[in-house]
Amino acid sequence: MGLRYGTGAEVLRDLDFTLGEGGFYFLAGASGAGKTSLLKLLYLAQRPTRGRIRLFGEDLSDAPRERLPLFRRRIGVVFQDFRLIRHLSAFDNVALPLRIAGRAESEVTAAVREMLDWVGLGDRAGARPPTLSGGEQQRVAIARAVITQPDLLVADEPTGNVDAEMAKRLLHLFSALNGFGTTVVVATHDFGLVASTPGAELMRLDRGGLVDPTGSFKNPPAASGRGARQ
Amino acid sequence: MILDRLRSAPDSRLLPVERLHVPTVAVMAIMTFAMMIIAAAGLALANAAGIVTSGIENRYVVELPAAAEGELAKAVGAARATPGVRNATPVPEAEMRQTLERWLGEAASSTDLPVPALVTVELLPGADPRALAERLRAQAPSARLIAETAELEPLLRSIRALQWLAIALVVLMAAASSAAIVLAARGALDTHRSTIEIMHGIGATDAQITRLFERKIALDAAAGAALGALAAAAALFVIAGAGVALAVELTASAPLSGTDLVLLVLVPVAAVALALAVAHWTLLRALRATL
Repeated sequence: MGLRYGTGAEVLRDLDFTLGEGGFYFLAGASGAGKTSLLKLLYLAQRPTRGRIRLFGEDLSDAPRERLPLFRRRIGVVFQDFRLIRHLSAFDNVALPLRIAGRAESEVTAAVREMLDWVGLGDRAGARPPTLSGGEQQRVAIARAVITQPDLLVADEPTGNVDAEMAKRLLHLFSALNGFGTTVVVATHDFGLVASTPGAELMRLDRGGLVDPTGSFKNPPAASGRGARQ
Repeated sequence: MILDRLRSAPDSRLLPVERLHVPTVAVMAIMTFAMMIIAAAGLALANAAGIVTSGIENRYVVELPAAAEGELAKAVGAARATPGVRNATPVPEAEMRQTLERWLGEAASSTDLPVPALVTVELLPGADPRALAERLRAQAPSARLIAETAELEPLLRSIRALQWLAIALVVLMAAASSAAIVLAARGALDTHRSTIEIMHGIGATDAQITRLFERKIALDAAAGAALGALAAAAALFVIAGAGVALAVELTASAPLSGTDLVLLVLVPVAAVALALAVAHWTLLRALRATL
């Protein structure tokens, strides 16, 4: 498939790959290589301008837009710029996907409190994004992305604004979700992160093309064998 | 349905709590005020036309410009003998000359001045004047049957034109209100574009997003319509004032009936409903332009 914006040149070209269900993938590449554009295709913010994209067993390349929300609810997204709603508290930001999905408020409250505790923001639940540090905002964004235990988690530089310890914890969270069957795709510059994730596969993008197709680089599975399902 | 749209506390937090959007409220207030005043004027005109018409709709005049000997009596007899005629009364010549005195002075009393003979005729409701015209033609060939409404037709035509003008103005005001709501809805979408993108990305449907904005626009529109309605009610009260008592005394009916008042109350309600419908359509249309 390929993607171009307007009448410009293709920003993604001739991509042809399959993500295994329950896999853990890192997407690497220089700035402008097309990582964010590829992630946009994965979280259904863009349609390919040529070719087909199948997600959750369905061809969504030209699916009616009315059908997309139900698929989007199965995808958790951590945006590079967090995209938190500024006037909502951390609690309400994290609760957003559950409320959109129509969950009961009692269920929402319990799940959000647990998630905020997990990312270390239990005492900042009432704070609004502008009063949070970059790292705290990123953790709220991650909590919002994973709270529904999505089938696919897409993260754009998720550890860019957190310290090494928090990065490890977040990666552990992604791994735990992956262990429950969530397919994880993480765009990153941090090869240390890649190396420290057992069983993860690396996809490298260069000027819109996939240089290392899936599977050419793969970390050995963890001792538990969690990554062996790719 | 409107109340449902205004409820749902978690949803209502998704847009920032803001005060009323003053431009939208002001436009709605002005438009509602104007629509109510114009509608009231249109309804009062319709009532006035109705009163005028109902008073003379069955009244005719038989005119004999140069009545031959005995022709007046024949015309009166023919009229009285026609089925559907309630009464036929000749207008005394003295009365005619007295009327003419207003314009001609004493010359009106001169026997040199010919005065046409007139007979006023009142038909029963629903009676066909053609039967009377035929009898008159047979009995008094020079007689002309003139409907009193024909005399007032230019006035009635003007009143009808004013009524249509009032309707057109109300429709134009409604269209202008709709345009203001379209701009308000588009403005709200632009202001909250990032929130919309986030919600879409998380799986919100167009209906969920639209509901958020409809709630806000409904509140603005309702506040504006209420203000406009109150101002219009006050203005009508002041304009009518003592005039209502006079109108009742002259015409035995008020300028605006109970039904008219109900229609006027429905104007702000309809304005809010229209605003909601327009906002819904605008928002959905704008959202459909995105993925």
